[in-house]
Amino acid sequence: MTELTLAKAINEGLRKSMEDNPKVLLLGEDIGKLGGVFRVTDGLQKDFGELRVIDSPLGEAGIVGTSVGLSIRGYRPVSEIQFDGFVYPAFDQLVSQVAKQHARSEGAITMSLVVRIPFGGGIGAVEHHSESPEAYFAHTAGLRVVSPSTPNDGYWMIRQAIECADPVIFLEPKCRYWEKGDVDESAPPSSLFSAAVRRTGTDATLVSYGPSVKTCLAAATAAEAEGRSLEVIDLRSISPLDVDTVAGSVEKTGKLIVAHEAPVFGGIGAEIAARLTERCFHSLSAPPLRVGGYHTPYPPSRVEEEYLPNVDRLLDALDRTFEF
Amino acid sequence: MARAGHGTRDEAPAAEADFVQLLNPAGERVEHADYSLEIAGDEAKGLYRDMVHIRRVDVECTSLQRQGQLALWAPLRGQEAAQIGAGRALEPDDFTFPGYREHGIAWCRGITPAQSARSFRQVTNGGWDPYEYNHAEPSIVIGNNALNAVGYAMGVQHDGAESAVMACIGDGAMSQGDIAESFVWASVFQAPIVFLLQNNHWAISEPTERQTRIPLYKRAEGFGFPGVRVDGNDVFAMLAVSRAALARAREGSGPTLIEAFTYRMGAHTTSDDPTRYRILAEVEEWERKDPIDRLRTYLSSTGAADQEWLDGIDAEADAAARELREAVLSMVGPTPISIFDHVYKEPHPLVDEERAEMVALIGAEEAGSLK
Repeated sequence: MTELTLAKAINEGLRKSMEDNPKVLLLGEDIGKLGGVFRVTDGLQKDFGELRVIDSPLGEAGIVGTSVGLSIRGYRPVSEIQFDGFVYPAFDQLVSQVAKQHARSEGAITMSLVVRIPFGGGIGAVEHHSESPEAYFAHTAGLRVVSPSTPNDGYWMIRQAIECADPVIFLEPKCRYWEKGDVDESAPPSSLFSAAVRRTGTDATLVSYGPSVKTCLAAATAAEAEGRSLEVIDLRSISPLDVDTVAGSVEKTGKLIVAHEAPVFGGIGAEIAARLTERCFHSLSAPPLRVGGYHTPYPPSRVEEEYLPNVDRLLDALDRTFEF
Repeated sequence: MARAGHGTRDEAPAAEADFVQLLNPAGERVEHADYSLEIAGDEAKGLYRDMVHIRRVDVECTSLQRQGQLALWAPLRGQEAAQIGAGRALEPDDFTFPGYREHGIAWCRGITPAQSARSFRQVTNGGWDPYEYNHAEPSIVIGNNALNAVGYAMGVQHDGAESAVMACIGDGAMSQGDIAESFVWASVFQAPIVFLLQNNHWAISEPTERQTRIPLYKRAEGFGFPGVRVDGNDVFAMLAVSRAALARAREGSGPTLIEAFTYRMGAHTTSDDPTRYRILAEVEEWERKDPIDRLRTYLSSTGAADQEWLDGIDAEADAAARELREAVLSMVGPTPISIFDHVYKEPHPLVDEERAEMVALIGAEEAGSLK
């Protein structure tokens, strides 16, 4: 057991994967000497060389498009998109090539690659540095989308994502990069695509992933003071969704709130609400509610606190489910 | 005279003097300072046979589309020399990344015309196992395949393998951002790749002038690697220049852009009507530069082939076309249930759930029936 930050845990996971499999290559902007703008790849080029940790030219379509070719050649490229808001130039490659090569080739091509994207807000950044694009990718068949919320998951999930035979969009909650937690290097906590119950409770279920898990846990602590027992589920995987774990909780609590930083309209919360309503209709005592970003561009960060899900907004949603 | 629409050209055809030509439209060998080709009669006859076959495939598949047997066909008539010349320069270990009109390249890779027709029949969105032929699946989005090709070439380089990659692009693709990025990547990493740009002068209805103000091959210089314009209707020049560029890639000297200066004689696809945007005179001018005619003249005039041999090739191509037709007509599939088969390689609960939904809705027998 080692205490690491999330950033360092992912770094260690990348290192272990590169040691285990010579086909693992890293590519992205500024990931070599600089170690990435968040230092997630710090030291890896020094230890594995410039052929395995490639400072790429500045072009996201190029990073992902060449990853596709490397993967066809049998490599396991792990690319970094520097910030969430910069992934869109690569959107065609992700949706039309990464996601579809396996199906188009009737299974002949295995598209084993990982695209790492620091995502989400809360760091006082300028435009394009705080977005949550997960719904775009989850909507696309052929892609898998995951997000760790703890250092232990950061270490294990990046390794599992690299081992996965399918392409994985790996969303790293950048506002949690510097938070520390215990990493147990002896065994993975669970499968890459299963949800985790982070706190057990009986009165309502809070579902989230990535940066908002911590917010949900804080809300659960605050609710406890008001006499309400909340169960908090960390999805970990957005596609596929571990619906069973959420349903098990909702059947117990009868109330569901989904929180994420992305805008709620057409988002992951909508998908979860629809699926859980269908599956647990008779267990629900209130309609599922969503707490998340508004239908606005990500705002200037001076007002991001009002945009992002926070404890107050979660408790307000909780009150509404109890008043229903 | 067809209508003179907005595609009318008021300029003369772009300067052809600076392209590489080894066999002129009159079927005569000509010299070039930088490229030469020693070619035996049998090899030249092989190229002729390839081109006749692939043109016959084009005719048959166009008919099959008109008869409702193919959803679409993208004809390559006029581009046979560009594709056969480049395709026959490839070694088995090389890897090609086609667009959707590369039936001639596919032919050279050992892919049958029937396999090429599979996606146009819509029994699949692919057509073949890329690893069996070292030929990627057809790419319909314009330009993306060049980046995939560069990535593959980086992998070849990383492996230390002595093989090359060829990316097939067109004049329209040259306006795509992915092409600019693929040129940057190929250049800075000195990737072992040849960009085969078939400038067929038309991106559906838009003439090359809408894509560029300079000859396209000249763009390569700005990215730091050589570009060369070739008479794309001259199979000898295409073979010679492609061989040189592939050799250059294999020896680690980096990328080359080959602009095959050619012409799309037919429609963009069977859904297109080129009479709306281009003039007949232009088509007729290119008819006189036909790639097959000039090679036939060369073979006859040099005594390499007599009329009997030439007729034999036509008969062989007709027979192959009949086989192609039968193969297409007998192509069935996919089954409805198979759409779930290769979405992911590893199990995915949503896909499993939806597969079960389909079976519940239409029954296992129907879901498993070939369409």
